[in-house]
Amino acid sequence: MPGFPAGSVAPIAPVHRFRPVAALGLALGTLALGALLVTADLLKPRLPREEAEHLTRALGLTDLALVTEARYLRHVSLADLHSAFQDHPVAVEHFPAGAVIAPPAHLRHAPSFPSSTASHARLD
Amino acid sequence: MRAWINRQSLLVDYTLSALARHGGRNLGLFVVYSAVVFVLASTMLFTHAIRREAKALLTHSPEVLLQKLKAGRHAYLTRGELDGLGRLRGVNRVEGRRWGYFYDAVVGANYTLMAPEAGHPDRGRVDVGDGVARARGLAAGDTLSLRSAAGGLHVFTVGRVFSAESSLVAADLVLMHPSDWEAFFQLPDDVFTDAALSVVNPLEVRNVARKIGERLPESRVILREEVLRTYDSLFDWREGLLLAMASMAAAAFAILAWNKASGLSADERREIGILKAIGWDTRDVLTMKLWEGALISGGAFAVGFLSAWVHVFHLEAALIAPVLKGWSVLYPRFVLTPSVDAVSILTLGLLTVLPYTLATLVPAWRAAITDPDQVMRGTV
Repeated sequence: MPGFPAGSVAPIAPVHRFRPVAALGLALGTLALGALLVTADLLKPRLPREEAEHLTRALGLTDLALVTEARYLRHVSLADLHSAFQDHPVAVEHFPAGAVIAPPAHLRHAPSFPSSTASHARLD
Repeated sequence: MRAWINRQSLLVDYTLSALARHGGRNLGLFVVYSAVVFVLASTMLFTHAIRREAKALLTHSPEVLLQKLKAGRHAYLTRGELDGLGRLRGVNRVEGRRWGYFYDAVVGANYTLMAPEAGHPDRGRVDVGDGVARARGLAAGDTLSLRSAAGGLHVFTVGRVFSAESSLVAADLVLMHPSDWEAFFQLPDDVFTDAALSVVNPLEVRNVARKIGERLPESRVILREEVLRTYDSLFDWREGLLLAMASMAAAAFAILAWNKASGLSADERREIGILKAIGWDTRDVLTMKLWEGALISGGAFAVGFLSAWVHVFHLEAALIAPVLKGWSVLYPRFVLTPSVDAVSILTLGLLTVLPYTLATLVPAWRAAITDPDQVMRGTV
């Protein structure tokens, strides 16, 4: 065998046995990096909303502009129960976004304590 | 301590090798497990963040809002009525708000046209929200023409476009001069859509609301706390809807996981028998199984939660946003501030990690306390 003296044995490369626990260490390291990302995100200051806060205060805004299709969805907190059905008494609420807005409290829970506005059931 | 760590490390080593023997099956389980955690955690993180955002913004909304009704429908308030409200004891300030909706057929969206008492644009000029600007392709200095209900064309110059940062409350706003507003909607002078009241003593808000109710029986009084509650309940409801849908997938997965975790295959039973025969005691077998359950479920929870975090706070929750945010033509674009509700995430963690881990233990314990010979022969 060229390169080795006669009668000698070729050196055996040391065996590096794969240790799954090392792979686990790698996985834990990655997760730790992820945890660092979460912590870094949480330590960041709240995103600036000065203008939004100023407008809310100055204009007395009451609702988020999440759904603008219908007036009772644009200003959910000001909507009364009948607004969705005002076209005619049995008109079915027809805006898709209405499907993900909660029905009024009295339909979901037992009657709660009377409040000053209880006579005007609202979407809360 | 060192001996203990060494022992655990060897047990983990063995557990991982054992898991790797059924690599495909365990990986599949891990991926589905992570996906279930991902959906649930995304929903929880998004809802918590948007609820917090709504609360932070809407705490600046009026303490009391009054709307007049006539035959059950909204009616305009007059200046005289506003003055009367101002004389109520406990009321600090009354401000009439002029606002209305305008459906813009050009883009197929509703705008909120508003004319504040103070700080309004000059006549012939408007300030617009970034949603309106985006829909109509407007920048400061451009002209915005709107066709009023009476058919006349009203042309305004855009003075200012509100920044995207205020989009969440102002995406569809068009601010104008009160005279322009009255002319556009053809309303008489000095009428107001509703009134915003501020109260001297915050503890008196309910009393003031009651007094208004007595003075103007046909009116609606909306308190700030009710506005905040509306939004809390709105996002609760949406979160509930999405979680209800996800729960079916979660239930299907739970059955799969339970089946996998609680029933030992013949191979696994034989393996436990061999381990016992070569000298492992029951405690070792249970610790090994505990590691198996914890590694799969804990790992899946960590991977699911972290991907949910990146999804919600770095990728704008692209997958679940349409359901949780709602949708519209003038949809506000906003980035949420990362925040976490520790209790709900901890609950999610416990609900996903604990049952699976415990489910792996019971059958292993049953196999481990049986005579190894019987276990290997498969006679039990």
